[in-house]
Amino acid sequence: MYAYDELDRTLINERVSEFRDQVKRRLSGELTEDEFKMLRLQNGVYLQLHAYMLRVAIPYGTLSSKQLRRLAHVARRYDRGYGHFTTRQNIQFNWIKLAELPDALADLAEVGIHAMQTSGNNTRNVTSDQWAGVAPGEIEDPRIWSELLRQYTTLHPEFSFLPRKFKFAITASAHDRAAIKVHDIGLRLHKNAEGETGFEVLVGGGLGRTPFIGKTIKPFVPGRDLLSYVEAILRVYNQYGRRDNIYKARIKILVHELGIEKFAQEVEQEWLATRDSALTLDDAVVEEIRSRFTYPAYEKLPHMPDELKKAAHDPDFETWRKNSVAPHKVPGYAIVTLSLKPVGGPPGDATADQMDAVADLADKYSFGEIRVGHEQNLALPHVARRDLPVLWRALDKVGLATPNVNLVTDIIACPGLDYCSLANARSIPIAQELTRRFANHDTANLIGRLHVNISGCINACGHHHVGHIGILGVEKNGEEFYQITIGGRADEHAAVGTLIGPAVPYGEVADVVEDIVEAYLALRERPDELFIDAVKRLGVEPFRERVYATR
Amino acid sequence: MPLVKNGKIATDTFVRVADDDPLPGDGAILISAARFLEDTEAVSRRLGKTGVIWPNNRDVDDLVPYLDRLAAVALVFPTFRDGRAYSQARLLRERHGYRGELRATGQVLRDQFMFMLRAGFDAFEVKKESDAVAFTSTAKRYSVFYQPTGDGRVTALHRRMQQRHSESAGR
Amino acid sequence: MTSPLEQKKIRIAGPSVVTANRTWDGVVIYRSPQHGWSVELSDAAIVRTSDEARALLAESAADDVGAIGAYIAPVEISDTGKIKPGNLRERIRSKGITIDLPVPA
Repeated sequence: MYAYDELDRTLINERVSEFRDQVKRRLSGELTEDEFKMLRLQNGVYLQLHAYMLRVAIPYGTLSSKQLRRLAHVARRYDRGYGHFTTRQNIQFNWIKLAELPDALADLAEVGIHAMQTSGNNTRNVTSDQWAGVAPGEIEDPRIWSELLRQYTTLHPEFSFLPRKFKFAITASAHDRAAIKVHDIGLRLHKNAEGETGFEVLVGGGLGRTPFIGKTIKPFVPGRDLLSYVEAILRVYNQYGRRDNIYKARIKILVHELGIEKFAQEVEQEWLATRDSALTLDDAVVEEIRSRFTYPAYEKLPHMPDELKKAAHDPDFETWRKNSVAPHKVPGYAIVTLSLKPVGGPPGDATADQMDAVADLADKYSFGEIRVGHEQNLALPHVARRDLPVLWRALDKVGLATPNVNLVTDIIACPGLDYCSLANARSIPIAQELTRRFANHDTANLIGRLHVNISGCINACGHHHVGHIGILGVEKNGEEFYQITIGGRADEHAAVGTLIGPAVPYGEVADVVEDIVEAYLALRERPDELFIDAVKRLGVEPFRERVYATR
Repeated sequence: MPLVKNGKIATDTFVRVADDDPLPGDGAILISAARFLEDTEAVSRRLGKTGVIWPNNRDVDDLVPYLDRLAAVALVFPTFRDGRAYSQARLLRERHGYRGELRATGQVLRDQFMFMLRAGFDAFEVKKESDAVAFTSTAKRYSVFYQPTGDGRVTALHRRMQQRHSESAGR
Repeated sequence: MTSPLEQKKIRIAGPSVVTANRTWDGVVIYRSPQHGWSVELSDAAIVRTSDEARALLAESAADDVGAIGAYIAPVEISDTGKIKPGNLRERIRSKGITIDLPVPA
C-alpha cells in the first residue's frame, strides 16, 4: 500500500474545499452551467439521465480495507446503497445529489480518496495491473511509477485543459492485464540489454468512435526520464491536437494524421529540450516513493497445506479454486479474484454490504488490501493458501464466489441507457440475459476463456471493440439494435474485433451469442483451442454464416 | 474587464490598437501578432512600450527573436476549455527566459488562476469583476504542488526529500 | 443532449414537453404550464406546434440556475388524456431504470 503523508492529504483537502466553493457558486447562480460543467467534470461529476454521477478514482487499483469501508459509507449515506466498478479502476455512484457532493468528497478525503480528474479533458486516473506487486515474474512493482505519474499529472498547470481526455496505463508483466495498448499512453516496464529498468512507451491507443491499437513511440525510455518524456508527449499533444472536432481530438487521431514517425520526431525534439530538467527522477526520488509502499510481512507457508487437501474433496470449492485463484509470487500465498458478475446481476456492481464484507475479509485474510481490475472484478492480493477454503465459504455467503472469472459470463458492460445520457441502447439487461443463458458453470467451463464486452454507445466505455465477442448498442428508428464483433482482445496481442454482419434487435442478442458459441464449439480443433484463437484461425466467415443463415 | 497585476486590481497602462488604426507616437500599446511581425522595426522605433497579442495556434518560436524588445506578451484563451496558451506561457518563461509581463486574455475565470500563475502568467484580464476581487484568496487556495514548473514553488517530492535530509542530519 | 440553440431548427412532429434535470440534485423535471418545474410528467405543459415548443424551450432554458440542459421531448397522449413518454430514453428517465436496483429501495 502507498501511505499518503501530510502533503498528499493537504492537497486532497484543498481540492475538496475548492470544489465546495465551486458548487456553492453554481447553486447561487454565480456560475453558469456552461462554466460549471467543466469544473464538475474535472472533479468526476457527470449528469446522467436521472441524477448526478460521481466517479471516484482508485489509483492503480489498490484500496485499503479502510478505504473500501468508506466507499461503502458513501454508497449508503449519499447514494442508494451500491456502487459500480468501472473498466478504469474507478467506482461510480449513480444517485448522488450535487448539494451533498462536497460532503461525500470530504468523507472520502479523510481516507485519502478523491475524484480529481476522473473525467474532463485532462490526464485521468493512472491505471495498472490489478496484480501489481504480487504477480510472479513481474519486472518490479509498477505502482511505484504509477504513483509518480499520479502525482505528476494531478492538477498539472499545463495539461488540465487538453484537447480531450488522456489515459495512462502501466504494466510490468509479460501478460498485460492493464490493457495498455488501448490507452493514450501505454507503458510497459522492462529491462534493456544493460539490465537497466525503463519503459516501452506506446502512444495513440484508444477505443471510442475510431479505435486504434497503440503504437510504440520509443522502445526504451529509462525510468529516470519517464516524466520528461511524458511531458514532451503531452506538450506536443496540447499544442497540436485537434480542437475543432470533438471526435478527432484524442491523441490517437493526431498520431494517425501525422504518422507515428513524424509524431515521434516532434516528441523527440521537445524531449531533448526538457530531458535534463527538474523532472528527472534520480534514484533518491524514486526511492522516496518506493519507501512509502509497504508490503505484507509474509510468513513461510506450505504450498499445499492440509486445509487445501481436505477441501479438494468438495467439487464446488475446487471449481471456484481452479477458476478464481491465481499463483502469487510468494510460496504459500495466492491471489483471489472476487467476481462481481453473479448470474442475473449488473456487471461490476457491489452493494455497500458487500464492500464492508470484502473489507472485513481483506483484514482477516489479505493484510487489509483489495485490488480492482479493469474487468470490473475485485481481488484479494495476499491470501494464504491455507485460508482459501474458509475465505471461499465467506465469499459465497455474500455472493462473491461465482466461479466465472474469464468465462463467458464474466462480462464487461457500461451502465448503458439505464443510467447514461450518452447511451443509445441498454447494456445491463443484455449482460443479465447472457449470464442467465450461460448460468451452468459446466457449460461455461467447457467453453473456456471468452470475454464478452458490451457498450451502450460508440463511446465504448464497455470496451466492445476489444471483447472476444463485442456488443455495441445502436439506435435504429427508435429501437435498440446491437452490432456484434468478434476477434477483439485487450491484452499484449490487442486487436479490434470484426463486425460479423447487420445489427440485431434487442431480443435476439443472446441468441446470436449462443449461435456464435455453438459454432465455436463445433469448429474448434481441440478443447483447449480458445475462442479467440479459433476466430484468428478461421476468420469471421464461419461465424457469420452460422448467425445469419436463419436470420 | 478588470486587470489583475501583481495580485491586485490595477489600471491597464497598455492601449489596444486595432490593426487598421494608426500607431500612437508614444505610450504603451498592445497590438496583434500580425501587425507586429509585419514591421517589427517600425514598431520598435516608436517611443513607448510594446506588447503583442499572440494567438494560441501559432508557434511561440516565431516570437522568440523579438522577446527582448517586448514589454508584454498577451496569450489568448478563446474559451476557458482551450489550454494551448498554458504551454506557450511555460515555453516563453522557462525555455526562452522571457521576463516581461505575461498576460492572460480572453475567457479568464477564477478557477484557472492557479494554473495560470504556475504556468508563468503575471497579469490577468479577468472576465468577471467578482473573480478579480477574489484573486488573492484564490491564489492562496493551494499550498501543495506536485509538479515542478518555472514558478519556483517547491514540489511535494522535494519537500519530502528536504524533510528526510534534515531528519537524518539531526539524528 | 441537444442544446437549445441547435433545437431552434427542430420542428416537432407531435405533442411534446420540455424536460431537464434539476440543478441541486439532478432529478428529472418537466416544465409546467405555470412557468415552473415539476417532477411529474403528468404536470408537464404540452406543446403541439413548433412555435409553442420553441417558446417553451426558450422560457425553460432561461432558468439556468434551477435546471440543466432543457430540451424538447416527444410524448404520447392516450385517449384518456394521460401523458406518456414518447421514446425509450424518455420512458427510462420518467419511470427509472429497467432493471432491479442491487439494493431494494
